[in-house]
Amino acid sequence: MHELSICEGIVQIIEDQAVEQNFTSVEKVRLEIGKLSGVELEALRFGFDVVTKNTIAENAELEIIELNGMAWCMPCEKSVSVSQLFDACPDCGGYQLQVTSGNEMRIKDLEVN
Amino acid sequence: MCNVCGCAHGETKIDGVTPHDHDHSHMHDHDNGHDHVHVDGEAHDHHYGHGPAHAHAPGLSQTRMVEIERNILSKNDAYAAKNRAYLEQNGILTLNFVSSPGSGKTTLLARTITDLQGGVAINVIEGDQQTANDAERIRATGAKAIQVNTGKGCHLDGHMVGHALESLAPTAGSMLFIENVGNLVCPAGFDLGENLKVAILSVTEGEDKPLKYPDMFHAAGLMLLNKIDLLPHLNFDVDLCIENARRVNPNIQVLQVSATSGEGLDDWYAWLKTEAAALQS
Repeated sequence: MHELSICEGIVQIIEDQAVEQNFTSVEKVRLEIGKLSGVELEALRFGFDVVTKNTIAENAELEIIELNGMAWCMPCEKSVSVSQLFDACPDCGGYQLQVTSGNEMRIKDLEVN
Repeated sequence: MCNVCGCAHGETKIDGVTPHDHDHSHMHDHDNGHDHVHVDGEAHDHHYGHGPAHAHAPGLSQTRMVEIERNILSKNDAYAAKNRAYLEQNGILTLNFVSSPGSGKTTLLARTITDLQGGVAINVIEGDQQTANDAERIRATGAKAIQVNTGKGCHLDGHMVGHALESLAPTAGSMLFIENVGNLVCPAGFDLGENLKVAILSVTEGEDKPLKYPDMFHAAGLMLLNKIDLLPHLNFDVDLCIENARRVNPNIQVLQVSATSGEGLDDWYAWLKTEAAALQS
């Protein structure tokens, strides 16, 4: 989707944190991205390299932790695993699902100098 | 200096004017360990201490871990929260209209404003990459409209809408329609501070669109199925389309309308009144 904007968001957060937490370079950035967040990981990696040029995060390694999608199936009254927003419940085959996790787009932590 | 934030970037223009400019300073990194070539010609790295978990060589520069646990879109979400607080305080029903290009968003908005004239005031924020055509079409109805040009951007964000609100200064108890950039992908992820996203899907597009672009239909609270006056000329399965939308979002409401013939618009206006009344109570 808007992977370039997401990368700009990442750099902004890192630059704010650099002032707050007093570091001058970033070795590694770890993200947590949910499988239902709509983020295309390859595009994100590409965007990251482009957007971090001439910033504190230039040349930083990007590590992406993918988080599984979970939903609450109302008829089954239990939590089930989903990999797409339009997936059916793996047990009952219905679509009465409320997504409970998998939308995450988070910076988990940084390795900095 | 604006009240919304401290910065402007990119090519965003509000009614043709860049909100405000100032320089950004960027920090630059410094390499600690560095590569160099020895006299014998053998190149190798010098590492002054290794990673955070197994650090040694104390006293020398160390990498350290910084826990962040921040949402990547937290900056946008903060602007959106500010917009939402302002809009809520003033009892302004705010709808974020999202769709592909050509679904009839502007026609539907212009028709709605014309038909509801004399009632509640409606203000419009128009988002497009370029041109002020849509804002002009809305202004022709007599409503106040602000054009936001996103330049190369594919969606409106909370920051742009905050600036547009400054110029628009909507009155308390009015309605705000935000017409997002025609794009069924990116606007799904960017909260603007609205009460609800309204996805417009025209029957000339194909009933599988909710499955092809699930993020948007998942994020929307209402789907307006537009151009239903054309149904006799098309092989469009309305029930299948609604079923597909409910597959990605079991709670989505659906209204069938035609902005051209006027079919179904009374239901749409009734829906608007109910939502606005719920906000005032």
